[in-house]
Amino acid sequence: MVGIHTLVRSRRKASTVAVMCAATALLTLAGCGGQGSSANGPHGFPEAKQEASSTITVWVDADRQAAAKAFQAANPDTKIKVVTYDGSANGSNSFRTKVQLFDRAGSGWPDVVFSSQNNDAAWASQKSGGKQAFAAVLDKGLVPKDTLSNFTGGSLNPCTVDGRVYCLRNDLAQAVLWYDKSLLEQFGYAVPTTWEEYQALGEKVAKEHPGYIIGTAGDAWTPEVFMWASKCQANDVTGPKSLSVKTDSTECKRAASMLDALRNNGTVPVVSVFTPEFLKKYSGKVLMMPGPAWYAGAIFNNPQSLNVPAGRLGVAAPLPWKGEDEAATGNVGGGTWFVSSHSKNLKAAEKFVQFVTTADDYQVDVAPGYPAYAPAAQKWIAKQEASKYYATPLQPVVSAASRVWDGWGYPTFSQEAIWAKTMTPGITGGKSIVDLLPTWQKAIENQAKVNGYVVK
Amino acid sequence: MTLAPPSDQLTVDASRRRRSRRGSGRPAGSAFARSPIGYLFVSPYALLTIAFGIIPSLYAVVLAFTNADGGFAGFDNFTKVVGDFRFWPAVLHVTTYLLIWLLALVVFVVGLALVVHAVSVRWVSATLRFVYYLPGALAGASSVLLWLFVLDPTASPVSGLLSALGFDSFVQVIQPGHLPVIFAIIAFWTGAGGWIIIMYGALNNISTEVIEAARIDGANAVQIALRIQLPMLRKWVAYMGVMSLAAGTQLFVEPQLLSQASNAVVPNDYSLNQLAYQYAFQQNDFNGAAAISLILLVVALLLSWVFVTRGGLFEKE
Repeated sequence: MVGIHTLVRSRRKASTVAVMCAATALLTLAGCGGQGSSANGPHGFPEAKQEASSTITVWVDADRQAAAKAFQAANPDTKIKVVTYDGSANGSNSFRTKVQLFDRAGSGWPDVVFSSQNNDAAWASQKSGGKQAFAAVLDKGLVPKDTLSNFTGGSLNPCTVDGRVYCLRNDLAQAVLWYDKSLLEQFGYAVPTTWEEYQALGEKVAKEHPGYIIGTAGDAWTPEVFMWASKCQANDVTGPKSLSVKTDSTECKRAASMLDALRNNGTVPVVSVFTPEFLKKYSGKVLMMPGPAWYAGAIFNNPQSLNVPAGRLGVAAPLPWKGEDEAATGNVGGGTWFVSSHSKNLKAAEKFVQFVTTADDYQVDVAPGYPAYAPAAQKWIAKQEASKYYATPLQPVVSAASRVWDGWGYPTFSQEAIWAKTMTPGITGGKSIVDLLPTWQKAIENQAKVNGYVVK
Repeated sequence: MTLAPPSDQLTVDASRRRRSRRGSGRPAGSAFARSPIGYLFVSPYALLTIAFGIIPSLYAVVLAFTNADGGFAGFDNFTKVVGDFRFWPAVLHVTTYLLIWLLALVVFVVGLALVVHAVSVRWVSATLRFVYYLPGALAGASSVLLWLFVLDPTASPVSGLLSALGFDSFVQVIQPGHLPVIFAIIAFWTGAGGWIIIMYGALNNISTEVIEAARIDGANAVQIALRIQLPMLRKWVAYMGVMSLAAGTQLFVEPQLLSQASNAVVPNDYSLNQLAYQYAFQQNDFNGAAAISLILLVVALLLSWVFVTRGGLFEKE
């Protein structure tokens, strides 16, 4: 019940703060403060005149409609208007597109936005074309410190720019090692404990059980599962507008040559897990698969996908490379919630984002993904284990959550899109990833430059 | 690819000519001046064109020559976009696509129209025209969605053909080198039917007396097609070229949807229009986007001018 207590306490605190800021905003508007439009409000950004009971507009994707519903059920007094959009998914970039149009129009911004991407804080935290940054600063009093500190370590990294937090993380997508326990036992294999053992296992499988696979490398998030976990320095965001790229390092090469070897022997094919081809060729033949936490629901325990029966799917912690004492891992997505700095009802907007990211009503009872908010995550894991679907305890998922390597950043452009555009066609055409690393480097640098980054 | 409704200008011109030759027609200009109702009829079109065509274009011109703060920028935006590493590949993509598509359009549309026109059984001809037109009835985006399935060997109704060509997966089908051909096929499939109907109409417009005279002189079907019908279709072919060119340089829906469907294996900056879109909405650089649009406009106008003059589109004999 600790969670509920903090929730009530923090809500009261938030409301006091909001009243104070509303008063300050009034003073400012009356001319007492004498602040220009560029001056900071009480929470670190210029605020609009607050209207305490005004309706807030909330943008969610189809999956997050349930979050809005849960909020309405728990807070019938707060008026919200729910607008469904595509969540900026699949590179549609619609969140940014729309906000830029609102910026030009000077009105129309939604109060709260859910985005399924991790690269929105990078632009939403910055002024654009002389216009105030869209995202409200959340860690200067708007969201209580207690709440922020309860988020899983590192989970707010995609939301953090220059040390300030601009969004709350909905769910995490840390990569772990999923495996089919029954198949492993049947073949007499042990779960690998390093990437070197993983590769050796792949070579064994190719000889002894051809046709079975131990992973895939055909999706746009391949670099996030393998390169990120190997601490490849392809995406080191060193400042709001600076980036360092180095794909010729040992860390990048070891992952690339492992993928090349395993692709050549057929155990890590270049095929997307969301294609009919994958299901046709590999249903029942997935021995193991390094991938994000959401693979469990999206691929394994999904009647439309692999549909692995209960009691078979096991999970192991992310693998380290030989000689490294602690494993690092990558991350594939995980949604984020933004509060608009233009909102006329910051209090309600804050209440909403805090509810949907922390309240058990949504994060534990309804949410499909691993909650970023640590107290909710523990309960969510307990609930998953109680379902008896998994063959092993799920603690590796929890420990992986805080091991996402922080040397891989979150720029305004999509690393996935670059990989898909420059690497996937080459790899499909039979080129080796090791040989393509310089091409990858060049493509990242080019993309970074046109997006206004200084590349080092 | 949207098709503009066939302009009646050509037919009107022809009939007017015929009438004036007979000396029974009034000069067109004075007739229009005497019936103000004409202004009323064109006013909705004119107003909408001004609101959604001309004013935005002028706005784009202003944007292209100014910077983000509204100050005059000269040709800075143009040098910036032309120097972008994505610009020349996009130009190459669109050019390749246009060459393949326009060539296919001219050859197959004229060929098929001649064939349909030569079919003397009425219901066969009518059925063929209907079938040709059918794909065009699907709106641009939905027809692309349909093609997403056709191009995926695991879901395609023509998977046999795809695997015979050596393609086992969607990613293999959409390799960068194949894209211009794929887009040309999609555009042809959606747009050509309408043009076949228009060409058919144009063939009907050729006086039967001329054809009969040729036949009496001993010309066979092929000779009639090549010596009589084709030269008389010249203006129509030019018209099709101008309209298709304008649509083709604006290639956007096909690569954009394919990009999302393939999780960006087809790049989201494949065509010039997509690049402009990236500038506007990914980089928040509306000025750069306007510069690309303006370049597109100028190039399309120049090419159209070639078609208009070479095709004698506005000649009055």
